[in-house]
Amino acid sequence: MPKNQDVLFKTLADPTRRAIFERLCREGEQTVGALTARAGVSQPAVSKHLGVLKHARLVRDRHEGRETHYSAQVGALAPLIEWTSRMAGFWEDRFDKLEDLLKRMDQ
Amino acid sequence: MIDSATETLSVVVERDMPHPPEKLWRALTQPHLIEEWLMKNDFKAVVGHHFNLRGEWGGVLDCEVLAIEPNRTLSYTWNFAHEDPAYNMQSVVTFTLTPTRTGTHLRMEQRGFRPDQKQAYGGAKAGWQQFFTKLEQVVGRTG
Repeated sequence: MPKNQDVLFKTLADPTRRAIFERLCREGEQTVGALTARAGVSQPAVSKHLGVLKHARLVRDRHEGRETHYSAQVGALAPLIEWTSRMAGFWEDRFDKLEDLLKRMDQ
Repeated sequence: MIDSATETLSVVVERDMPHPPEKLWRALTQPHLIEEWLMKNDFKAVVGHHFNLRGEWGGVLDCEVLAIEPNRTLSYTWNFAHEDPAYNMQSVVTFTLTPTRTGTHLRMEQRGFRPDQKQAYGGAKAGWQQFFTKLEQVVGRTG
């Protein structure tokens, strides 16, 4: 699997980080403070997770005054979706062949 | 789809076939029949048997039979060794046959692993799959 998929795996393997990303996907842009309030970990920990997510291009930050707002970049998931759809396509194609074979076989 | 604890991806393809499970089982386990729909092979329906699947593109997959339950379940490893780690693939393919009123429901799940995660064959089902399903919905909405 290509390297960018590896980065996505590693980034999303942590449950806390995944929960943060999922919340941003579900609820839209949020500040570190708002995320911390419900993350169950300290603000520095949330900031660190956001840094890792940003490095993987899964989130984008926007500065406004003293606050930093984070939003999810769901397009970054494309490599993962691409892998699964490619494999699914392979098996759909093989199942077509299997059906053809079954028609030709005796009971 | 992705799996939580093991960082795996899994692909599920399902289809209803108007044929009895016994007939599908033959197509899944007899080498000359496997060749007709999948790839050239030296498969044997024996747990622990090592075999190769040879693709038309020249690639060779290393496989080992992991589980057999006649007319119900067949599972084998599906590994592709490549000098470039980016193309390495370690995965397990599992076929599940369920009799239906009109024939058989065939389910194939391929669960893939990162190259450095050889131990992961079990794999918990939780978290990621739901997570990924939800994300696919999100992507579908926004895309």
